[in-house]
Amino acid sequence: MKAIIAITATDTVGIIAAVSTYLAKCNVNILDISQTIMRDHFVMIMLVDYQKSKVPFDTLRTGLLQLGQEQALSIHVQREDIFNAMHRI
Amino acid sequence: MAMINTGDILQTIQMIESQHLDIRTITMGISLLDCIDPDIERCCQKVYDKITRLAGNLVQVGEQIERDYGIPVVNKRISVTPIALIGGCQSAEGYVRLAKTLDRVAKTVGVNFLGGYSALVQKGMTSGDRAFLRSIPQALAATERVCCSVNVASTRAGIDMDAVQLMGRVIRETAELTRDRGGIGCAKLVVFANAVEDNPFMAGAFHGVGEAECVINVGVSGPGVVAHALKACWGKPFDEVAETIKKTAFRITRVGQLVAQEASRRLGADFGIVDLSLAPTPAVGDSVAEILELMGLERCGTHGTTAALALLNDAVKKGGVMASSHVGGLSGAFIPVSEDAGMIAAARAGCLQLDKLEAMTCVCSVGLDMIAVPGDTPAATLSAIIADECAIGMINNKTTAVRIIPAPGCRVGDTVEFGGLLGSAPVMAVHPESAGEFIARGGRIPAPIHSLRN
Repeated sequence: MKAIIAITATDTVGIIAAVSTYLAKCNVNILDISQTIMRDHFVMIMLVDYQKSKVPFDTLRTGLLQLGQEQALSIHVQREDIFNAMHRI
Repeated sequence: MAMINTGDILQTIQMIESQHLDIRTITMGISLLDCIDPDIERCCQKVYDKITRLAGNLVQVGEQIERDYGIPVVNKRISVTPIALIGGCQSAEGYVRLAKTLDRVAKTVGVNFLGGYSALVQKGMTSGDRAFLRSIPQALAATERVCCSVNVASTRAGIDMDAVQLMGRVIRETAELTRDRGGIGCAKLVVFANAVEDNPFMAGAFHGVGEAECVINVGVSGPGVVAHALKACWGKPFDEVAETIKKTAFRITRVGQLVAQEASRRLGADFGIVDLSLAPTPAVGDSVAEILELMGLERCGTHGTTAALALLNDAVKKGGVMASSHVGGLSGAFIPVSEDAGMIAAARAGCLQLDKLEAMTCVCSVGLDMIAVPGDTPAATLSAIIADECAIGMINNKTTAVRIIPAPGCRVGDTVEFGGLLGSAPVMAVHPESAGEFIARGGRIPAPIHSLRN
């Protein structure tokens, strides 16, 4: 059960820390991270495995969205399948 | 497998966030053949019980898919076996009771539309069909969520001109009975030629008799995504335009396929088809007319519009076919005037007229859709408009339809507001010359020849 977490924000200290702390708390495993700066915007994409997550997907998603609001980050959480469907044949 | 690259992920997110990419509808088709009963009370009860049993989770599952994949599932809907078959021995009053039952069950399970208050009369009408057709105005006035369609022609059977004549009157009467709401009953009433049995889109959806017990059909959308992609090839030759549309349609349809598979699995229903139609909404940036204009037309409706639409429609199909294991439904670009901001603007400017729309329906699905005409348009003129559209469908072996609203008390230039997805329609002019004698003839227009095709 894999999901993609996409985060965009103006670059500030501690974005990765905040998100990964939350994921660790939920027992969600980070499989891959890529990050880049696009036109002064910090863009981070995480591939995570939530198979062993302590909370259901909906709760995980709401938690991350809430974290996004608190830290002024734009966060999208979606199951990986939609990206595979669109971009891989 | 390595993670998909950042650019692709952001592109998908952008398509959903700012280009209106969505799943337009998850439609559950339900067979009601086992609900037939000579006692109308019992028949209604069986219909109610069966639909609540099979579709009880439909809305919930749709919403969960929306959260899982981060893509809006705009509508969750139901289509049922044509009701004229289910209540075959009932009176018009019996049919109205069935319509009310369908409305009640739609509200119970929480779907916004339920299609299949339908009859198939392309070759002739049974006495039950006649009673059904008579019941339509009242059924549409007495319900909110029930959608009605009548198939009056097919390539194999020709055109049933008695039914065409009757439908002109039915449309007028439906407009009258829903006068206080701009004749909204007619927005839920489609007259078809070559109707398809697995269409997920309203108002023309019904569950054909050749279909399984319970089927999931999905309609995708994405005029905004296509328009955005076309902005990048301004001024380029058509080969490039067609390629761009194909690639975009492929991506859109893959999402539809994913959602259709997932929805059918979670609901324990068969996966039916993905419908490749580009369905616009009244929202800015979600318009089929805008795509045509991006190909270089100053305004939709001018000379060149039919060619542009033909290219669009064909490229969408070519791109979509490979993306889904089963393609079906109407699969083509929709051109509903009231539901497309670009079409509304073109009609208001006088550039898009009924005759041009009719020509456009030769190359795209589905037909004259959501068109408001003056409230005093004679029933015979409405019938003649239907007959023309049926002829196009019959000869060209394609589905065509008419969803026309003679807006009560309105004249050319007025605007009728329906609200929501149905949008607002500028009232368009019809030819004042009569087709009364033509329609009064009745009978059938014979089925066409299939060779010597010019």
